[in-house]
Amino acid sequence: MSSIDPVTRDLWQVIAATDEITVGVVEATLLLDTRIALTRDSDGSPVVWLRRDEEQGDEIDPASVLDRLPAITGYGYIWTSLGNPPKELFPIPEYAESDRVNMSCGSIGIHVSAPRAVENFLDMGHFPYVHTDILGAEPHTEVKEYDVEVSEERDEVLATKCKFFQPRAALSAIDGMEVEYVYRVPHPFCAVLYKSSPEAPERRDVIAIFLQPMTEERCRAHLLQSMIDSTSTITDLRRFQQTIFGQDKPILENQFPKRLPLDPRSETPIRADKSAIAYRRWLSQKGITYGVIPVAS
Amino acid sequence: MAITLYDFELSGNCYKLRLLMSALKLRYDIVPVDFYPGRQHKADWFLRMNPFGQLPVLKDDDLILSDSGAILAYLARKYDEASLWFPDDPAVTAEILRWHSVADDITATSSAARLALGYGYDFDIAKTQKGAHRIFRLMDEHLWFGEREGRDWLCSPAHPTTADIACFPYVMLSEEGGVGREDYPALRRWTDRVRRIPGFVVMSGIFPAGRAL
Repeated sequence: MSSIDPVTRDLWQVIAATDEITVGVVEATLLLDTRIALTRDSDGSPVVWLRRDEEQGDEIDPASVLDRLPAITGYGYIWTSLGNPPKELFPIPEYAESDRVNMSCGSIGIHVSAPRAVENFLDMGHFPYVHTDILGAEPHTEVKEYDVEVSEERDEVLATKCKFFQPRAALSAIDGMEVEYVYRVPHPFCAVLYKSSPEAPERRDVIAIFLQPMTEERCRAHLLQSMIDSTSTITDLRRFQQTIFGQDKPILENQFPKRLPLDPRSETPIRADKSAIAYRRWLSQKGITYGVIPVAS
Repeated sequence: MAITLYDFELSGNCYKLRLLMSALKLRYDIVPVDFYPGRQHKADWFLRMNPFGQLPVLKDDDLILSDSGAILAYLARKYDEASLWFPDDPAVTAEILRWHSVADDITATSSAARLALGYGYDFDIAKTQKGAHRIFRLMDEHLWFGEREGRDWLCSPAHPTTADIACFPYVMLSEEGGVGREDYPALRRWTDRVRRIPGFVVMSGIFPAGRAL
């Protein structure tokens, strides 16, 4: 059992897609090496507690659960905390826009730490090689200069003006196009990306990855899409995102070490890694030690 | 003729059919089925086509077929004019069906471990991983002896058959179930050969082979 740093302990942590939890039926999961049980009550609100002898699929009267962990819903998911979480989740204002199609795209277990998965999500350099003919294609392999800052006010890493040529930027894309990305890391284990929407070029599709740290070397990726797409079905949109994520999975699982090294000297960065460097520094400054290899003091 | 595949991108069993149809240069339509997280393979409309609630399902005009191994045999018998993928010879037919059955065992072990670790299925992970290793050991031996005899594929013909396609996906995806292939060099060389079959296509999680040396 590894120790959980106080910052991580007090965060909201994602544990399940709200729609996938049946009222009065126990779902079991693992969060920060801790066995968790959850269900929903008759209002549909999440009920989360430290799992004892309950088994997955057991029926339970949610009112009988007295000793509860904090619980909140947001962006289609249930979040809990092992400590004292903030009042609210980080904002994704676009989620509330009425003409968007919002959907979960599955919760997929991966054998790598949550911060490694965040870092991969921020990386454009792998597009032509891993997502060939979808998010990138040779010879368009260059990652052009982009801006990265840590917003003090919002306490998040922000990468802007990220441009990349993509053969099929989204399901709604007809031709290859140069796509502009903005990345936000508003939570140590969550990242949100905004990319020009092929259907409405002045607006942006939003894709987010929320990582549930199960152990220091294993996590579950919960995927959210908030799209401007008036023609595709949810099934089609999920399929597109799962195709991308399925390509990332073996790459992520082959990363070594599985925890993210925060020492700047531990891996050799290139320009494409500017956002990764900022992310690692931000984690370090926050004092996150769970799922990372901290800088030796 | 109009072929429709009811398909889930991350399913190795669906991928088997995409792979053979690509090798046979067959045109087909895809109807995506939200296996995860939507569980559409248990929805009424799907159960009417396949009461067993399993992917893939393939429609060829009015004919509705299920079970990836059965569909591989059907497609090869019907559309492979050279009769290479599923030859008529009785002994070879028995060999192929033997390996289709191994493919189902690979699904019950390697694929089950992947579903447990990646998709929250409640399977006994240690048991399925052990079962996958046992099959991979036997395949590795079979392929190693084959190489010494000049046989490159699972069955005796000098070309791949549906047996190779049926066994390939969940061997390749085994690491997602925590089953490494480091100890099976002949098995790995066979996966490289499969990836060089003319018409080979990838699925999410399976990458093309490197250039042949």
